[in-house]
Amino acid sequence: MNDFLLIFRRDFTNKDAQPSPEELQNSIKAWQNWFGGIAAQNKLSRPLQRWDIAGKVVKSNKHVINGPFVEIKESIGGLIIVRAENYEEAVEIAQSCPILELGGNVEIRMASDPEG
Amino acid sequence: MVSVLCRLFGIAHMEIAEDIVSETFLAATEIWSTKGIPENPTAWLYTVAKNKTKNYLKRDNLFQQKLSPEIQYHAAKMEEFELDLSVKNIGDSQLAMIFTVCNPEISTESQVALALNLLCGFGIQEIADAYLTNKEVVYKRLQRAKEKLKEVNVRIEQPDLTEISKRVDTVLITLYLLFSEGYYSTTQNTTLRRDFCAEAMRLTYLLTAQERTNLPEVNALLSLMCFHVSRFDARANQDGETILYHDQDESLWNKELIDQGKYYLGLSANGNQLTKYHLEAGIAYWHTHKEDTPEKWLQILELYNNLLIIEYSPIVALNRTFALAKAYGKAIAIVEAEKLKLTDNLFYYSLLGNLYTDIDDTVALQHYRQALLLASSNADKTIITKYIRHLTV
Repeated sequence: MNDFLLIFRRDFTNKDAQPSPEELQNSIKAWQNWFGGIAAQNKLSRPLQRWDIAGKVVKSNKHVINGPFVEIKESIGGLIIVRAENYEEAVEIAQSCPILELGGNVEIRMASDPEG
Repeated sequence: MVSVLCRLFGIAHMEIAEDIVSETFLAATEIWSTKGIPENPTAWLYTVAKNKTKNYLKRDNLFQQKLSPEIQYHAAKMEEFELDLSVKNIGDSQLAMIFTVCNPEISTESQVALALNLLCGFGIQEIADAYLTNKEVVYKRLQRAKEKLKEVNVRIEQPDLTEISKRVDTVLITLYLLFSEGYYSTTQNTTLRRDFCAEAMRLTYLLTAQERTNLPEVNALLSLMCFHVSRFDARANQDGETILYHDQDESLWNKELIDQGKYYLGLSANGNQLTKYHLEAGIAYWHTHKEDTPEKWLQILELYNNLLIIEYSPIVALNRTFALAKAYGKAIAIVEAEKLKLTDNLFYYSLLGNLYTDIDDTVALQHYRQALLLASSNADKTIITKYIRHLTV
């Protein structure tokens, strides 16, 4: 089993792209059940950590700018680490992530072995 | 009594403490059987124990044995020595003993056995009965654990605040297991099982009665125990067969214990830590509502989700999927259940059997048959056979 980073991204800034309060409310249950389902398979390596949506970026010239990134509209809403054999299995888990219903996406990165 | 004496002698001499106590009870059996039970049996026992302790200390002194500084100290004060068997000192000593027994140096299994033996006064035979094993196994386990305790030669004293927060997790795990040993044990001996549960509750209560150990998670554990025990009378029929939750006669549930459970659950809602005991107490609380409401199962599902995120266990994963079925329907739950792949677990198959019933009875039957193959206890076999019979008529 390997650890995979699942990063949930969506556009949190554009007003038109925001879900209605009702959609958000329903989404909470969907998230809880999705996490519960992954944990029930003993595949949750590290539970969700919420992050500040705006954030900051330190550029290579050491200037600090406020997030989210201007190039891409989305920012990280949260991330979890799951256990999966390979990318295929991690993709399968990610395909039922509720962020997809909210127009977001999930970035998947396999943990790399520092020695390797 | 053993706790009080151990605290006096030091853990290295716990056999002496145990000997004095068993001699006291032996004397009681002999004398009471000829002369009848004294007016105040407890006081009688305490007096005899006190005298035996004094004699022991004197003898020890007389023979000029290699005495530990502690006993020497006490022996020097022989004349004014008084064994304090007041309720308060017994409570304090037992509390100190809980923290001594729940030493991370010894295995959790041994901690439970030690607690049963030293703190709750269960004999080796009784412990062996509960674990469905023989006396030798228990005896060896206890001896090893006692040796280990001596090796680290811990002082029996109530730990300070920082030590408490470090140790309380271990203590709660042991008390939780002690309780579970009584509640879920496969032994048919109902009286013994009740006693185990009662002892676990007594010790947990002891923790809540002390300011330093009256922590939110301790109250959560006590609440959980109250809710569970409230169903004790309803969970078996006269032949000792298990009655499952949804078939239980609600009027047999103990209202008083349910109320106590609610009381401690209220007290547990303090601080900023949500432990597994809080979540399990919450689940047990919702189970005291017999009626199936959508809210009930949504709440239970949410608690199970959080419980799994804190700590995975196959049985919690299965229970979570059952709650999912209750909240969102069997079809959704089947998809989730089949992802669990707990193919060596009989409850995995009996859950699938349950979920497929009325959806695809043939598949349900296959799952129940698989569960029956994996079942080892008679209680499990009886229940599964009932379901199979139900599906085949």
